[in-house]
Amino acid sequence: MQKVYTAEIKKSDRISKLVEDLYSGTPTIESTRAEILTESFKATEGMSIYLRKSRAFKAMAEKLPVVIRDNELIVGGNCLTPRGCPTFPEFSNKWLEAEFDTVATRSADPFYISKETAEKLKEVHKYWQGRTTSELATSYMAPEALTAIEHNIFTVGNYFYNGIGHVNVDYAKVLKIGFNGIYEYAKSERDKCNIYDADYAKRYNFLSSVMESCEAAVIFAKRYSDEARKLADNCSDINRRNELLNIAQVCANVPANGAKSFYEACQSFWFVQLLIQTESSGHSISPGRFDQYMYPYYIKDIESGKLTREQAQELIDCVWVKLNSLNKVRDALSAEGFAGYSMFQNLIVGGQDKNGVDATNDLSYMCISASMHVNLPQPSLSMRVWNGTPHDLLVKAAQLTKTGIGLPAYYNDEIIIPALISRGLTLEDARDYCIIGCVEPQKGGKTDGWHDAAFFNMCRTLELVFSNGVDKGVQVGPKTGTLSSLDTYDKFFNAYKEQMDYAIKLMVNADNAVDAAHMERCPLPFVSSMLEDCIGRGKSAQEGGAVYNFTGPQGFGIANVADALYAVNELVYKTKTVTLCEYADAMKNNFGMEYCDGYAKSLTVDVVKEIVNKGFEVTPQQITEIFNQIKSNNIAEDKKKKYKALYEKIKALPKFGNDIDEVDMFGREAAYTYTRPVEKYENARGGKYHAGLYPVSANVPLGMQTGATPDARLAGTPVADGVSPAAGADTNGPTASANSVAKLDHGIASNGTLFNMKFHPSALKGASGIEGFISLIRAFFDQKGMHMQFNVVSRETLRDAQLHPENYKNLVVRVAGYSALFTTLSKSLQDDIINRTEQGGF
Amino acid sequence: MSDYSNVIGRIFDIQKFSVHDGPGIRTIVFLKGCALRCRWCCNPESQKYEIQTMLQNGKEKTIGRDVSVGEVMKTVKQDMPYYRRSGGGLTLSGGEMLCQSDFAYALLRTAKENAINTAVETTGFAEWETIEKLLPYIDTVLMDIKHTDSAKHKEFTTRSNELILENAVKIAENAKKLIIRVPVIPTFNDTEAEIGSIAGFAASLKGVDEINLLPYHSFGRDKYEGLGRDYKMGDLPSPTDEKMQRLKAVAEGYGLKCKIGG
Repeated sequence: MQKVYTAEIKKSDRISKLVEDLYSGTPTIESTRAEILTESFKATEGMSIYLRKSRAFKAMAEKLPVVIRDNELIVGGNCLTPRGCPTFPEFSNKWLEAEFDTVATRSADPFYISKETAEKLKEVHKYWQGRTTSELATSYMAPEALTAIEHNIFTVGNYFYNGIGHVNVDYAKVLKIGFNGIYEYAKSERDKCNIYDADYAKRYNFLSSVMESCEAAVIFAKRYSDEARKLADNCSDINRRNELLNIAQVCANVPANGAKSFYEACQSFWFVQLLIQTESSGHSISPGRFDQYMYPYYIKDIESGKLTREQAQELIDCVWVKLNSLNKVRDALSAEGFAGYSMFQNLIVGGQDKNGVDATNDLSYMCISASMHVNLPQPSLSMRVWNGTPHDLLVKAAQLTKTGIGLPAYYNDEIIIPALISRGLTLEDARDYCIIGCVEPQKGGKTDGWHDAAFFNMCRTLELVFSNGVDKGVQVGPKTGTLSSLDTYDKFFNAYKEQMDYAIKLMVNADNAVDAAHMERCPLPFVSSMLEDCIGRGKSAQEGGAVYNFTGPQGFGIANVADALYAVNELVYKTKTVTLCEYADAMKNNFGMEYCDGYAKSLTVDVVKEIVNKGFEVTPQQITEIFNQIKSNNIAEDKKKKYKALYEKIKALPKFGNDIDEVDMFGREAAYTYTRPVEKYENARGGKYHAGLYPVSANVPLGMQTGATPDARLAGTPVADGVSPAAGADTNGPTASANSVAKLDHGIASNGTLFNMKFHPSALKGASGIEGFISLIRAFFDQKGMHMQFNVVSRETLRDAQLHPENYKNLVVRVAGYSALFTTLSKSLQDDIINRTEQGGF
Repeated sequence: MSDYSNVIGRIFDIQKFSVHDGPGIRTIVFLKGCALRCRWCCNPESQKYEIQTMLQNGKEKTIGRDVSVGEVMKTVKQDMPYYRRSGGGLTLSGGEMLCQSDFAYALLRTAKENAINTAVETTGFAEWETIEKLLPYIDTVLMDIKHTDSAKHKEFTTRSNELILENAVKIAENAKKLIIRVPVIPTFNDTEAEIGSIAGFAASLKGVDEINLLPYHSFGRDKYEGLGRDYKMGDLPSPTDEKMQRLKAVAEGYGLKCKIGG
């Protein structure tokens, strides 16, 4: 067996400079891509959608600005400014136009936009009126589904507003044969088309569009080669001149052809990564098993003496910086759900190979070092752990965790592999899984996973049980019975299941509508060229060309529902302390407590609307008065007292997250109310649905839309994140918390689960701290837990960072399935992170 | 296998995920009652055997509860997966577990019968026969040697140290593993000479090759107030890292492995 080098290599000065330059300004919105796209689309009316897409893509490759920045070894971007952001009007654009004036000042992920750019985009958007995927998707949705979305039961906003993304393409293939090779393959398949074939029109045009996309990638790189040569000619610094000449040579060969060196492999990789995110706005373009497909190039150069390990490390570090250069502007609400400018480019190291042998190599360690060197949120570094994972690799990973950056996230082969097999993957493919985006497992290069298909708020359906399916006067859910008719716990729980079943059906309807819209209006020939078996099937990924097709919508709020069901059972049915009606009354009145600002605001809007609808006028002063009155929750003292008494009783009950079987079993059942119905449905691409249990960071904004819940969670406050216990509820330490979470059925949630844990830095102190930490992961995984991620920043530090953001510009924390710069997050999300239970080591 | 599950004892806390008191991830069971009254004790609520009330954040909290071995072991066993992975297990602490030796015996023996690694933190202040009976069921003894000077020992802990030092010699001869721990307390034992003397004694014990120096901290201060007691250590600062490093070097001079902290 190959000897694995694990020794740390120092960071070069170049990397610090690159990072500094990258973060020198506020991210800016640029209109160039949108303009090129629109111009091309105007010129191709009447042609097949495939060719219209590839023609536009080729135009971008020919016309986007070419920028090589100082000190760069790996080159390529799609904007003029560092961390600049193109827009994608073909998916949706109205929200952006509505936010032109506020996007620079909003709390989550602000972007600068110049007046000139705004004007240009306004012009561009005119063309897209009626032509976007979002408009078509809306027209495809059933009215009931639209109503449910309006009432925030779930949201499919991610793919409604954006491209799909969420893919790991076959990087290895590009590295090996280049786009010229893929072009030839597509051509040979196209040659097989008979003009009398039933699917000739679509197949022929699709394959032509793939070929054109391959050409585009080659053209794009060629422009970089030319630019590098030009810069070299004018460069007086001999070292930089040589570097530029080298870049010119590298870009002349890749990604057109197979990579001949590790350097070329890195550059080729980056072009792929960049161009996928230029073709479409879908995020979570995940590099996956970088340590595996890059290894042959690395080891060949090392063994031949062409490359030192130091040089290899610097190249990897350069790629890491590049991964942080891409950006995406989202609508204000989505920005809160995905806060931190995150691109979710998940890159995973370690784990088994397709034959079940441990695949750890030098690069696995060097990738972890790279994240230490750049100290930035991207890539979302992940690590596969199985029983055969070397202890050394975990120690290395733990050292990265200890820095507080929230990376890597840890994944358990021992549950993910069987979970994927249960969804129809072959054993070999399942063993070769990677992670997409936050926490979603898939076999890379073969899957269109549609992970992240929806956020489903399991607390909202629980609210509907208390209102017989009515929300704000509208019958949103089924009539599951008046409160007095729900006279046993079983009846109550069945009512909840019925609300869930119904809402899940609506969610499937909405997702399939969005799916159909993308299929029709946004097939993506470039990304399809790197996904097996799109070329062979002559179908884009958006039409089911990939080998594996899934839709993975995620539910969240399990801990709240678990605690709620337990509390209702205890207080209403077992001890008969209160009636269900009294319970509902207390919830409706927020347990007699003051409302948080956000929720009070939304209630105010409802009240004002009602007044205005009656034909009255409301002054701003009156609005403030209404708001203040609502916020203070001015109700009679005796009632308040009664509600608060119930609140205290609920608070005193045991909670999910403390390794108490009686409560944790409610968690298991709660999760099943989502995971079991979801897996029954089929998507528009001939694949199946499967559930995820994670919220990204949407538990905060979507919690804002959720009333008080029976677990004494107050209205508008965050819902529990992922499968983690509710914030502050797990008070018996990390092992108890992990044990509770392990009692959920992770195997059925094959679209991923997310378990956040927060440690005080002292817990990882010294060798015993690190060893304890590793054992914690191992033992959680022994119990078939799926995922674990850690924040190791003290509460005091985070509080201080809120007060003095200027001192913490580089503070990276774990948000959900990803890390982000703490100071870029909205205040409410910062608070949510601070309020997560902090585990100590004793 | 004998059934000890109904043996009752008095504890004041169970703490999971301890990584600094014995090998691996451990669950610490704190037994109530101690024969010493160390001035710096950070768990003053542990000293009396009687159940007490203590003010904590303005609320009255009952300290101490009687539990059966069965109940304790149910909690301890919840973390079996973590013990297996880390080589951890059960640690008895206190107070002084030797003050409830029947209960301690039952816990330790039951743990061993369940293949759980065991450790104790002890002052070693008890009749030898009491200690001897427990040793076969203890994998690691973490024993405090606070001072080699008997008068000073008595002044700060209310007990002289002869019995403790005698027991240390016997424990060293009979225990599977003995680690000596020294709380480093300014004004009491924080000079190089005093630590050197303790390290010299530790090094003379059969099979002992490790000593842990635990720097004084005042985290227990609020508890004294909560119990209505005076905190006799006043505003004494913790020893500096530099100082701890110097003392560590002294201990290592006796050929011992030395860790700062548990």
